[in-house]
Parts: sequence; structure tokens; C-alpha cells
Amino acid sequence: MYVAVKGGEQAIDNAHRLLAKKRRGDTSVTELSVEQIRQQLPLAVARVMSEGSLYDEELAALAIKQAAGDLVEAIFLLRAYRTTLPRFSPSLPIDTAQMLLSRRLSATFKDVPGGQLLGPTFDYTHRLLDFALLAEGEYPGPQTTPDARLEACPRVLGLLAKEGLIKNESDDQGTVADITRTPLEFPANRAQRLQALARGDEGFLLALGYSTQRGYGRNHPFAGEIRIGDVEVWIDPEELGFPICLGSIEVTECEMVNQFVGSATELAQFTRGYGLAFGHAERKAMGMALVDRALRAEEFNEEILSPAQQEEFVLAHCDNVEAAGFVSHLKLPHYVDFQSELELIRKLRQTAEGNRDE
Amino acid sequence: MNDLTQAPVRDPAYNFAYLDEQTKRMIRRALLKAVAIPGYQVPFGGREMPLPYGWGTGGMQLTAAILGADDVLKVIDQGADDTTNAVSIRRFFARTAGVATTESTPEATLIQTRHRIPETPLQADQIMVYQVPNPEPLRFIEPSETETRTMHALNDYGVMHVKLYEDIATFGHIATSYAYPVMVDERYVMDPSPIPKFDNPKLDMSPALMLFGAGREKRLYAVPPFTRVTSLDFEDHPFEVQKWQECCAICGSHDSFLDELIIDDTGTQRFVCSDTWYCAQRVEQQESNQ
Repeated sequence: MYVAVKGGEQAIDNAHRLLAKKRRGDTSVTELSVEQIRQQLPLAVARVMSEGSLYDEELAALAIKQAAGDLVEAIFLLRAYRTTLPRFSPSLPIDTAQMLLSRRLSATFKDVPGGQLLGPTFDYTHRLLDFALLAEGEYPGPQTTPDARLEACPRVLGLLAKEGLIKNESDDQGTVADITRTPLEFPANRAQRLQALARGDEGFLLALGYSTQRGYGRNHPFAGEIRIGDVEVWIDPEELGFPICLGSIEVTECEMVNQFVGSATELAQFTRGYGLAFGHAERKAMGMALVDRALRAEEFNEEILSPAQQEEFVLAHCDNVEAAGFVSHLKLPHYVDFQSELELIRKLRQTAEGNRDE
Repeated sequence: MNDLTQAPVRDPAYNFAYLDEQTKRMIRRALLKAVAIPGYQVPFGGREMPLPYGWGTGGMQLTAAILGADDVLKVIDQGADDTTNAVSIRRFFARTAGVATTESTPEATLIQTRHRIPETPLQADQIMVYQVPNPEPLRFIEPSETETRTMHALNDYGVMHVKLYEDIATFGHIATSYAYPVMVDERYVMDPSPIPKFDNPKLDMSPALMLFGAGREKRLYAVPPFTRVTSLDFEDHPFEVQKWQECCAICGSHDSFLDELIIDDTGTQRFVCSDTWYCAQRVEQQESNQ
């Protein structure tokens, strides 16, 4: 019998068992716990939470374990779980000016109120493999100041705005659409765009952001401020009449200062691009801020010539769950369509050869 | 019901057919709109399904939204009931909805399909659900969604005819063999999903309801029963379907869609029906006639 794909059910079951075996690796090595992933791979957890659009460190760590370290697969797992959750309330806007900072830097001013705070970072590490990590052991802890007090840390771009040097971003107080419930339609508004970018693939946003630096939609960025820390999430339930705090989440926020705009009637002003991601995720937040600014081209009457400036192109392709799904579907059988193409190409060649012989 | 039809036990951990009732209602409302405007692409709040985009999430959401406990479900991929993805989707609904499943075309009340319409004619009480990768027939001519929506609104399909004409000028034939564009009810140009053009005539005036779901693109559309569906063509280059010199190596059918198999190193070809149930029941009939 020459029907190729018989016994599909058994094959699927066994494929899943083989995958479980591959994930587990050598059973003489201790199994990785979800808590270990959560504690010791926090940047992977952060990426999965951001692009999975669900702030839950334990579930993100579980997804990473289940996906055998494939982060795009882990993001997909978390998304599929997220869809099943009920929405009970939108949060109030988070106030990142009030965040408990673990890292903060501005590339535009040498000193800013609240100071620069290096915090945990790969920056300035020499990228030399640390062979000491091959062995397990304790590491010297950081120096801390136990009696340190929190200082007010106003956002850097807010200081520029006070002087009118940067375009003010105003809140229209309207309800924010949820792109996971209502399909994105074009043109999208900025809130929808930022939602899509926040869920967007880090690599895709990084590459597009990079393309703007190399001249494809150039808009002269400066890292106005990057801040990482814990921020409280509040909701305002209708039946209660006053807001309540749910707890705090770690976020990375990036505000880029970009090329100014102006006209005969308007004074020149800087513009900004905005990026926000869960956890410690600077690359994502910076890429997002660059792309957000590029997508504001129409708002600022800039010529739209480059991929990063084209809203439909960016938003329709930035989601890695959609992209990975559609690329991977090429593995599904296409016998029928291919058969149709075979029949057609043979017919075309026959006709062409017939014409040549005449 | 024959022995091909089985009713499994539903997994109580999930809502019936997986999706929550609110989501199903949202999809059913969009479907009503789609039925009211044949061939028009209705945006809907597509959800993330536990299967990857591109693997039938749109079709699955439609099936989930309209599936009832008494339904008998058939799932095919490339015309076959036993291809891996068809197996996977059939199992999903057997598990989450506990509905009876079947391989028999006439016994099914709901048929979810990828890339084929069964050879056995459909009946008035049946619903076909198509998995759609790219719902926009104009997409490969005009990549912008804003533009294509306007073109549909203005009934501006000139570019499509130009594309088909260019094919004839270049190749002597219209060089589209699947996902061949159709005109629905003399109003909307529609992508019939990547079915071979061989299946296009089955859409015209079909007594069954045809529903199309594109999960990744978050669009659904419909062809209600007894609707005119014509494949685009020209008077001097009329639409025609594929024909094979060969007949099915298993059942001997001359008029079904055949898949080509290469069975040895020298490239010897065999042709068999792509519709496995159609083929199997023909063999059964031939055996009982003997």
C-alpha cells in the first residue's frame, strides 16, 4: 500500500514521547526545576512574559521548561494559556515616574535629578567566557547601602517637556482597545500600535530599529532615558469607588529623544519614541522605541519611504507567534496544491513545446 | 451510523468545544454578517488557539463556534481523513466537545477541511468549514490591506483581470491552479481557500453552507446555500478544471482529483484519489457487487 501518511494517531503520540525524552536529556543529570529557571534565567522569563503578554514569572518559567528552551515556542504556550483567562478589569495607567528603580540611565544629560544608576547590566562586562561558571559556587554579593533612601526620579523627557523642547504626549482619556480581543485594523491608533509592538518579536523590532539608524527612515535617536524597576499596578473597580493596588511588576521603559520637527508656524521641538517591556528587557524596549518613533512619520509629516515607517508592514509582521505558525505550516502536506501546480506546469510546457515544433 | 462513527468522552476541564461562550457568540455574530453579505470578509476578534497559526486556527474557531453536541464531525486535510493535521484537529474536538466523528461524507453534519471539497456531493443540512491562510484574493497584487478593502468596496477588480490576462499573454493559460479566484453572487471577488480549481465548480449553487475562517488574518466569510459562485475567466479563455489521463490506481475513478505518487527510484508514477473516503467506499461497493 502506498498511501504515505497512514497511522497518523500513533505517529503523533510517539513523536510527543520522543520530544519529552529530548527535553529531559540524560536522566543521570538532575532535572531542571521551574523555580530554577525562574530564578536563574530571569531575562528569558522576561522576554516570554513580554511577548506572551502575560506577567506571570512561574508560568513563563514553566513554558520555557516545556519548550525545552525555545523561547518563541514558550511565548506561544503562554499566549495560548492567556487566551483562556477572563478579563476582570483594565488597570489604571502605570506611573513609571514612581517606580522603584534598579537601573536608570540617560545618554542625553551627564547628570539628572535622581542620578544615573548602573544597576545589573551586561554593559561594560568584557565578553570573555567565564570558565569559573563551569564550576558551581557562590559569588561575592554587590555592595549595598542599607540605609539608602529613595529620591524622586522625574522622567528625563518630562524635564525637556517643561521647557517646551519636546512634543508633549497627551492622554485623550479614551478607552484603550485590546488588540487581543478586537482585530487590528489600519490605520491603527498609537495605543494599538504600542500594544502590537509590546507583543512584537524582539529580533524583528531590533532589526527594524537598527535599519532606521542606518538610514532607512532615519530620525536621529538619543537614548533620553532607560529605566528598569518595580512599578505598582492599580485598578479602579466600578463597584468600589476607589482604586486599589494589585501589586507591583518589573518593567523596562525606554524613551528616545528624536529629531525635531517644526514649521514656519510652529517652533522646533524634539519628538519621542516609546518602548515598554516586562522585566529586564532593554534591547526590546529600545528597539520598540525606535520603531514607535519611525511609525509616527505620518503624524509629523515625514516622507514614508522605509519599512520601519510603514504601519501595515511592521504591525502585520511583528508577531512571532503568527509568523512562526505561518512559516511552520509549510511543513503540512500540500499534495493537492502541488499536484495542481504540476499539472499546470506540464500543460504550459506542452503548449510551449507544441508551439515551437510548429 | 456505521462503524466509522464514534462518540468519545468529553474532557470536562474545558468549556464545550474549548472556546468560552462569549467568544463563540462573537464569532457567530460575525458569521451571520458573513452569510448576509456573501463573499465579504468580516473582521473578527480571532483568539489564540492551542494550535499554531497557519495550521487551521481560523477553521477551528468557526467549528468551535457552531458545533453542537449532536453534530457529527469530519475533518480532512488534502482530502484525506488520516493525514496528521486532520487527525490532530479531529482529536481536539473529540476531546473538548465529545462529539461523534466520522470519515463518511454523507454522515457528517459538519466538515472541516483544508485544501479540498469532498467528491461526494454535499447536502442541504451540511456545513463546510474551510481553513484559510490568506483570505484576501487581491493580496498578491496589492499587499496593503487598506488598499484592498477599498478595492472591494468600490467593486474595483480591474487589476485581477489584468493579472489573469498577463498570465495568458505570458504562458498561454491562466497560471493559477489552486486558490483560483471566484466571483460570489456577482459582487465580491473571493479566495475559495487553496482548494484546487478542480473543486471550484462544487461551490456554485451548493445546497450546503460554506464558511471560511482565517485565524491569523482574523477574517471570516461565507457562501450561503444556493449562491452563484463563478470562477473568473474570459470569453475566449473559459475556465476549465484539471483532467488526468490516468485513473485512480485503487478504485479506478476517472473523475476524482488524483494525487501523484512516485513509487520507485526511476520515478514511476501512480495516481490515487485524494479523497480517501470516496476512494474507500468505491472499493467497498465494487467488492460487494462482485
